Amino acid sequence: MAILRGFKGGVHPPYMKLTADKPIRKAGIPEVLYVPLQQHAGAPATPLVKRGDKVLAGQKIGEINGFISANIHAPTSGKVKNILDHPHPVAGRSTPAVMIEVDGEDSWVELRERGDYLNTAPSEVVEIVREAGIVGMGGAAFPTHVKLSPPADKPIEFVIINGAECEPYLTADDRLMREYAEEIADGSYLVLRAVNARRGFVGIEDNKPEAIKEIRRAFKKFPQFEVVELPTKYPQGSEKHLIKAIIGREVPSGGLPMDVGVVVQNVGTARAIYQAVRFGRPLIERVTTLTGDAVAGPGNYMVRIGTPFRFLIEESGGFKEDPAKVINGGPMMGIAQYSLDVPVIKGTSGIVVFSAKNVILTQEGPCIRCGRCLDVCPMFLMPTTMAKLIKAGRFDDARKIGLFDCIECGSCSYVCPSNIPLVQYFKYGKAELRLRRQR
Amino acid sequence: MPKKDDRKLLILTPAPHIKMQQDTRKIMWMVVLSLLPPIIAAVYFFGLYSLALIVVCTITAVGSEWLFLKARKKDTSAAFDGSAVITGIILALVLPPRLPLWMGAVGAAFGIIFGKQVFGGLGQNIFNPALLGRAFLMAAFPVALTTWVKPFYWTYPPDAITTATPLALAKFSHQITPYAKLFWGNTGGSLGETSAFAILIGGFFLIYKKIIDWALSFSYIGTVFVLGGILWLINPQKYPDPLFHLLAGGLLLGGFYMITDMVASPLTRKGRVVYGIIAGILVIVIRIWGGYPEGVMFSILIANAIRPWIDRIFVPRRFGTGRFIGGMR
Repeated sequence: MAILRGFKGGVHPPYMKLTADKPIRKAGIPEVLYVPLQQHAGAPATPLVKRGDKVLAGQKIGEINGFISANIHAPTSGKVKNILDHPHPVAGRSTPAVMIEVDGEDSWVELRERGDYLNTAPSEVVEIVREAGIVGMGGAAFPTHVKLSPPADKPIEFVIINGAECEPYLTADDRLMREYAEEIADGSYLVLRAVNARRGFVGIEDNKPEAIKEIRRAFKKFPQFEVVELPTKYPQGSEKHLIKAIIGREVPSGGLPMDVGVVVQNVGTARAIYQAVRFGRPLIERVTTLTGDAVAGPGNYMVRIGTPFRFLIEESGGFKEDPAKVINGGPMMGIAQYSLDVPVIKGTSGIVVFSAKNVILTQEGPCIRCGRCLDVCPMFLMPTTMAKLIKAGRFDDARKIGLFDCIECGSCSYVCPSNIPLVQYFKYGKAELRLRRQR
Repeated sequence: MPKKDDRKLLILTPAPHIKMQQDTRKIMWMVVLSLLPPIIAAVYFFGLYSLALIVVCTITAVGSEWLFLKARKKDTSAAFDGSAVITGIILALVLPPRLPLWMGAVGAAFGIIFGKQVFGGLGQNIFNPALLGRAFLMAAFPVALTTWVKPFYWTYPPDAITTATPLALAKFSHQITPYAKLFWGNTGGSLGETSAFAILIGGFFLIYKKIIDWALSFSYIGTVFVLGGILWLINPQKYPDPLFHLLAGGLLLGGFYMITDMVASPLTRKGRVVYGIIAGILVIVIRIWGGYPEGVMFSILIANAIRPWIDRIFVPRRFGTGRFIGGMR
């Protein structure tokens, strides 16, 4: 059967994968880590430690709180100095975090290794993943054990491993695929077994030929998997568009991938699952791309969770230019930071630091109805119409024409010649509607 | 290396943090650039007076926009975003070559004020302002607006400079103007409409730059061609052939520069195609059965009026709704 490739809509921003040839380097561990209790979608974890407690690397310090939540572990050994509100890279404000004074020993809790790890029972895999605090590492940080536990009436046919990495500038997944292809393959196989899927796919954009080669080689031992080369286009890495491109199904409006029998996992998540199942290692570090014209040492770094941005930047050579904007994530969907004290968290796929000359400050002009936002919207929405409704306070009318279908990819804002911050209006409109529902 | 200052305040703006480098002003000035070939053709065939008419219309359009914005205490820099320049030039291009300059100015001011600013300015207007200005002039000065001169009129004796347009000749005297003349523009007609050659250069530039939707130009012009062709096949003696419909009159100018006006056309590709077809039908209806020899202006103005209705009907199918593919494999 023919493979459906690509999707309708989307944009071609300059990819700027400047760090693609920089091998992953282990970053140092700072003297103090700030580990937020919320690094995932859902409820924040409940702290298990208190001021003065000694902790070991891998020790659980935050307990999962409800089904959609995740455990938090100490990224290294040390002493809990405090539990305090600390700037958070995604929340846009300070949230509770465990402050750990690092002892430099990096001594670990006892980890349970498994010999025949590929044959771990599915239910056990889910339990290990849950215990290890694994969340989606592509950026959205949705708890992985939830995705691996679909309800009985939603049988899973396909697993898709997401190696698209469509955000400009980011190369963390690219490097991970080149350097840890075997681990990704084993992790992917564990996912396939955990959800009892029939087949698996790995989707990679065709601007990463090295990664495709390595992944093809590593997945040879798992004939259930097929590696699919995808045309490079933003936002190919969106779950819905990855599914559309590879399997040809559309996730229904308001639904989840499991509604069409699919589970999608990022390559970083697959590796984390491997690490957890084989070595019993919880998720306490990740690869993040440090890039942008203002940093002197751009590259891909294996960073302990809780490492402040400032430490990573300074350790890698500091600033080349005065930083004007610091982004957690990529330039299309990432969040601008107000402080360099924010820590790397489980979803930090990249840190982009721009000098003033790369910061675009625009003024919103009138819509000239050019229709480009409609042409590029991968969800086939009418961005300009929704924005006009939201501006007029007609939130319900905006909802009726698909506001909640918006995946906030930013393609519309990217192309708008009148510099209308369309996505910003949609985020505002959604927030307003959620508030009203609560009242 | 000196330590860089990172204690300055960081800039917080919402995502995306990169932008495509094409803004409204750039688009507008690109359209102005694309109007150069028809302008050059106008000056070539109808003399320097054409240039005067174009300049007067343009200055009046920009000036009246500036005055209106000033009076309403709005940002007057919007007058220089290029859109008023386009309105002025396009209006001049659809006027008779020897129209008194003050009439051109009246049309430009009317188009800008009543066609654009009273609706709220750029992006808010229902009608193409240039065409509305011309429709006003047509009602106010019907004789002046239908007095045409021969190309190179200064080479004729003063009492022999007027002529009829190729469409009027065809409609009222059953005279068909040779294609070569129509193609190069050596005929009577409004300033910018006579040279198909010049319009095609500008039009293809706009299509190449993705500023206008080729599908809209194509559906409009194509509809006139097909319907004209059907009538011609039915009775070649009575009706002009389709190529004549295409080259004579303002169809090409309207099809590339006016119906494609983003502000006044539908948002979706499908909507735009239907819009073009409707306007194309109107052209043929007016040209064949209407009282006027030419129907381009009215066809576009009427299409402008029904555009909101088209936008309501042609909405994209949202991802994951309707008849989406259930899957394969």
